Formats: sequence, C-alpha cells, structure tokens
Amino acid sequence: MTALIDVQNLTLKFRTDEGLITAVDNVSFSLNKGEVMGLVGESGSGKSVTAKALMHLNAKNAVYSPESRVTLHTDKGPVDVLSLKTHRELNIVRGGAVSMIFQEPMASFAPAITIGKQMVEQLQLHGDYTWDSAKRWSIEMLDRVGISDAAKRFDQYAFELSGGMRQRAMIAMALSTQPKLLIADEPTTALDVTIQAQVIDLMKDLVAEYHMGIVFITHDLGVVAQTADKVNVMYLGRMIEEGPVREVIRNPKHPYTQGLLAALPKLDDLDSPLTPVPGDIPSPLERPTGCVFHTRCSKVVGDVCKAVEPTERRIDATHKVSCHIYDEVPA
Amino acid sequence: MSDVLIRAKGLSVGFPIGSGLFNKQILKAVDNVSLDIVKGSFFGLVGESGSGKTTLGRALLKAAPITAGGAHYSDGDVDYDLEKITKDQLRDYRKRAQLIFQDPYAALSPRMTVRDIIAEPLEVMKLTKSRQETDARVREIAAKCRLNLEHLRRFPHAFSGGQRQRISIARALVSAPKFIVADESVAALDVSIQADVLNLLKQIQSDMGLTFLFISHDLSVVAHTCDHVAVMYLGRLVETAPTRKLFAAPRHPYTKALFSAIPSLDPDDRGSAQKLKGEIPSPTNQPSGCKFHTRCPFAIDHCKQVEPKLESDATGHDVACHRWKELMAPQAA
Repeated sequence: MTALIDVQNLTLKFRTDEGLITAVDNVSFSLNKGEVMGLVGESGSGKSVTAKALMHLNAKNAVYSPESRVTLHTDKGPVDVLSLKTHRELNIVRGGAVSMIFQEPMASFAPAITIGKQMVEQLQLHGDYTWDSAKRWSIEMLDRVGISDAAKRFDQYAFELSGGMRQRAMIAMALSTQPKLLIADEPTTALDVTIQAQVIDLMKDLVAEYHMGIVFITHDLGVVAQTADKVNVMYLGRMIEEGPVREVIRNPKHPYTQGLLAALPKLDDLDSPLTPVPGDIPSPLERPTGCVFHTRCSKVVGDVCKAVEPTERRIDATHKVSCHIYDEVPA
Repeated sequence: MSDVLIRAKGLSVGFPIGSGLFNKQILKAVDNVSLDIVKGSFFGLVGESGSGKTTLGRALLKAAPITAGGAHYSDGDVDYDLEKITKDQLRDYRKRAQLIFQDPYAALSPRMTVRDIIAEPLEVMKLTKSRQETDARVREIAAKCRLNLEHLRRFPHAFSGGQRQRISIARALVSAPKFIVADESVAALDVSIQADVLNLLKQIQSDMGLTFLFISHDLSVVAHTCDHVAVMYLGRLVETAPTRKLFAAPRHPYTKALFSAIPSLDPDDRGSAQKLKGEIPSPTNQPSGCKFHTRCPFAIDHCKQVEPKLESDATGHDVACHRWKELMAPQAA
C-alpha cells in the first residue's frame, strides 16, 4: 500500500514569554490511503498541534526542528508540507489535499455568512467552479451527509442548525473539495451520544466511499475502538505507544495506555472502582526528565525512568511502545 | 421508608417566547415531572441536550421559574415549599442547596485568587464572623478537595481542568450544603481526571452526608456513580429506576437507544447497535401523544394520539411507554 502522509522526526516548540515550550517531541508515523488513525491523549498531550502540523497550520511562534519532515503524497508527487510558505502554495494542502473538521462546529462557521456561501467560497478557491456549479455540488454534498432539505439549509446560517446538523454541514464542507486526507479534531466530543453514533456511522461510510485517510483525534477510547484501524497514543508531546486498534485496546503495553483504559467507566462491570491516572499532566514548562510519564507512573523501575528517555521497543511487527519495563529488542 | 429530601410533584417550568399580544407562546422546558430524591442518595438525571435536565436541576434550586406544580425540600431542620418560599427562607435555602457547573474554565473568576473564590460564598452569605474563621473554613474545605495551601494563593489560570473542577467543588461545599446539583460536572474533563473527580464526589458525599442530583449525558458515568437514575426526554420523565435495575433491563425504547449509542470498547463490535434516527424535536413544536414517537422504532398509531403516563411498579421502576410490556416479552422468553 502507498503511504498517504509520512511524518518523520517531527519536533515542534512554541516561542513564548516563558521560553521555548516543547509541544511535540520527535514524533514519526505514517498513514496509508483508506486508513483511519486514532490519535489519543489528554488535553495538553500535543495531539492537536501534531495534526495541525500536517497542514502547516500552527501559529507564527511555532519553531520546527530542522529534522522535522512532513511529506504528503498527492497525485502530482510528494509535497514537503513544512517548506511551503506562500498562501498559494499552502492552498495545495489547506482545504485542497487535506481538510480539517474541528471540535466546535459553532466556532468554525462564520456566524454572519450563510452555510452555502461559505461552501461555495472554498470550492471556488480550490477548484474551477462557477457559482451555480459550486452551489449544485454543495447541495449534493449536504444531501450526501444526511441533511434533510439541503437546498433550504444552503441558505441558512450556522445558528439555525442544531449541533448535529452543524457537524454534518462541517463534514460536507470538508469533503466537498475531495481531500486525500481528513483531519477530524474531536469531531464528536460536543455531541450527544445518539448524534455521535450517527456521525461515526457517517464517517465510516465516507471512508469506504472516498477511500481517503483519516486522522481521528479524540480522548474517547470507545470512539477509537469504533472507528480506527490503528491507534497512536500521545503523552506530553511524545508518541508513547502505537499499534493496530485491537492490539492497543485489548493488550495495552504502556502503563499510561493501561491507565487510560482503567479510568474508563465500563457498563458491563459496575462494581469495579474507577481508577484514575494519578496526578495531573505536568505543565509543558516543567517537562520531566527521562521518561515524560515517570511522575505519574505506577510501574517505575528504579532510576532509569527518571534519567533515561526510553527508546521505542517493538512488541511485534506493528505494535510499538516506548517504556523501560520492556526489553530492548533490536529492530 | 427512607427520608425524602426533595419531592417534586407535577413540576413544570415554562419560558414565555415571542413578543406582542397575540403570538405569545410558552416553551415548556420541564413538563409535569414528579420525583423523589432520597436523603443521602446520588440521583442521576440523563437525557440528550434539550431534554430539560439542566432546567429541572435549576428549578429544584429555585433558579428557574416554576410555572405549575411544585417541589418540597425538607432536611429535618427546615421544610420549604419551593413555590411559595419567602425571601428569608430563600436566603437560607441558598446555603443548603448548591450548584457545581460543567465548565471549570468559565465558572471561576480569573481575577480572584483561589482563596477568595472559595471564601466568597461565606462572605456573601455572612456565614463567618471573622477573617480568621473564614480562613480556617476555607483551609478545611480545600484540604477535603485535595488542594494545598500553596494553591490558595494562586489564580485559576495556573490550574489544570481537574484542579479547577476541585476548586469549583470546594466553593460549592464551603457553605456546608445538604443538597448539591452537579450539572455535567465531569463532561469537560479527560477520562483520567474524570475518574478522579467522580471518586472525590463520592468520597465527599459519604463524608459529609450530602445528597446529589447528578446531571449527565454520559450513561456509563451515571452507571458508576448514581444509585437512582431518571431519564428525561423533551421535558418529560420517561423512565426512572434504581441504577442496577435500569441498566440490567431498561424498559423505555429511548433508554435502550441511549445504551446502544455508547461506543463499545470492543473493536469487533462495530455497528451492531440499534441506532436512533433523527434528533430531539424542538420544544416549541412538540409532537402529539408520546413525545418520543417521531424517533421510536416501535411507535404505533396509539402512540401518536395518547400520551403515556408514568406507570409505577412496586420495585420503584417507573416507565412511560404504551408498549413496554410487549417489547420486554421476547427477551423474557
């Protein structure tokens, strides 16, 4: 299978008044066409920043390390995303080959412009559309994502739609340019469970139909289990575990992944107490030395965790974990 | 029979919408709800957004206008009829009933130190006589919520979501209330922190003998924390039961649909669930008969015409559905 996007040694720091803050630390992964990757972690783990780097969308104070590479394989050959500078160049990835769905659909639509006008605007920016053809295509997309009365919704404003409808419209808009890669940043977190189930179903249908890659950012492991093919777990900017979804959820290796699963309330076992991951995620200004998770870890093995950053160990061909409790097997 | 702390009878909350003389409409956010919250219980209230659960919680705190029916509060010391409560009584009721909000980022003033935030209810309600007494009380409650003295001097921006929620909890507890409404209090938190805050709430409840109304849309959280659950849909109570009974055998099609919508942790169990179509109707334009018939897969003509009553049974498992018995039957066989 051909890789769609390839991330190598991504390190990203933000310049702030308090100094350089490390948001992403030496992260590498790749995603194939038609694959759904779940990106899991707490707030502050760097998952959104990583996803934004795929579109070169981080704020001006972001500093990428010289080794950082994000390569997007488009029909016209590979694109080095981080080297793009002008708006015209960036349009290739932003909204063109890559689209993004945000968590809060109310904040992502302009409140004073109709849904339709916003959809047409981006289509005309990225393709060869007249107003009429763009309108026809937009209404078709709205219809496709299950919005009733699409022609009427086209002329409505975001506030006139319910939360679920808005998220559907957001998906329709993101997909109308037929991107190769869709980044969905907590797309169902603000929705009710019933509506969440509908949106998840819709996204699964769309992957099958358009055969695109999806990076699905969420903190809900249930949502990951339902959607993703493979899972990457992040903590304080580090990728600490990655593997196929069945492996990571049934057989988690990193103490943090195990902790996340233990903290989830489970319906089939009401008697087991909820076990939180102890403590809070440290401030990025006070990054722990050695393994970034050692301050909260229940399985610390002596001083090595405090002093040495764990390298990536392979559990098997696809399942990797960065933790000292596992033996280093040369890859 | 255990003591009832809050008893609502036919409670309705309506808001007038539209202007002018002729097109005045009443939006019924909560419609004819009766429930008993037993002293010392953790009472869960679930439903989608727009089901009226927050409004019901506010009405029980006398923070939303009660338009019909009423609610009684009695904790042994005092006995208040929330509908006819006097100003003096209400001032006292504010001490006894408190609210914890959903968003710990919006609920705390960024310009006050944590100490001032927690002390504010004491000062406003004049519960302490001296600054020393206030400080002692703040320190005591902060320790209960696992905040240390160092934290008290700082401002809220220095804290993570979980710590902020603990500050909100401390603030709600400082007036030594008997009844607490926790409105989606863990919804904005990460799972790892959520478990921590839930454990803290349970701990405090047993330490201080509190009664909680726990409003949430997350059924798995409710299943783990509450001992009694009520399910709301469009302002109505559709099912209420002790937690174990409800989760073992839900009776209302809406409750069942809510269960099946929870994403399963099993990657091989995808899409087997029976999904609910459509969305909750607008409360200004409510369906006739059973409010749920527009989305119910089992609706028959009778459901469209006649609204089902909440049927009680001896075990305390009440349901408002015309067809629940026949729908349960195949499972029993």
